[in-house]
Amino acid sequence: MNRGEKGFGIVVTFCTTFLFWLILSGFFDAFHLIMGGICSAIVTFISHGLLVKGKGKKMLPKSLRFLLYIPWELWQIVLANVDVAYRVLHPKMPIDPLIIEFETSLRGDFAFVTLANSITLTPGTITIFVEPEKGKFWVHALAKEHAQAHLVDKTMQRKVADVFMEW
Amino acid sequence: MLLIHVVVAILLTAGMFFMFIGAIGLLRFPDFYTRLHATGKCDTLGEGLIIVGLIIYHLFHYPRTPLVAVKLLLLIIFIFIANPTAIHAIVKAAYRRGLKPWKWGEERR
Repeated sequence: MNRGEKGFGIVVTFCTTFLFWLILSGFFDAFHLIMGGICSAIVTFISHGLLVKGKGKKMLPKSLRFLLYIPWELWQIVLANVDVAYRVLHPKMPIDPLIIEFETSLRGDFAFVTLANSITLTPGTITIFVEPEKGKFWVHALAKEHAQAHLVDKTMQRKVADVFMEW
Repeated sequence: MLLIHVVVAILLTAGMFFMFIGAIGLLRFPDFYTRLHATGKCDTLGEGLIIVGLIIYHLFHYPRTPLVAVKLLLLIIFIFIANPTAIHAIVKAAYRRGLKPWKWGEERR
């Protein structure tokens, strides 16, 4: 990590923590602003390497693509809930759980977290395990249809790969 | 004002419906993993819908304190990040421990 990247991490961490202080405190007089500044500075000093690890490539387009990804993901969450509600309320409970595994082209930490959390929130699937070297995912699926979505269709993998530009 | 109340009521009812479904799923589903499917997803959306309803209600009845709405919005964001992560952690722990997933036709556990 060179000097510019370290400075970038410090600035981002300080701005985030200070903004968080402003929202949570709700007081905008000098005393509270100074206190917030001091606290943010201490937190930044201790943990600036945690939040931002160096300056990633193409941060701005990735963030914009991520913002575009969120509405699609929210819609998938709604579909997931309707699907689970149907399976819960159906008298015969049409479930047939299975575990699938598949490899992806993703390598970055943020990409892994995004895909793993998206899988957990979308219809009938939970991420069990991720292997970072090969980008391999173990997923518990509630029924065969849900497994097909990841093994054959791969819409979500493609979308996340688009967001983080890791094809 | 009445329209806002209707919208808020719909959001709160939908949220409670999904939380209720989560509870029923917890009781009906056959094993550990499938139960987490029900509770995890339904709780996330249910809480989200309820908080969105509260945000709208707050903005229209107490427009002088918009910061409360921002705090509620932050709650939604943290729930949507923390909930799937927690489910994943629980499932991973169970899988590492060697808990076999339930298959169709087996007895419920």
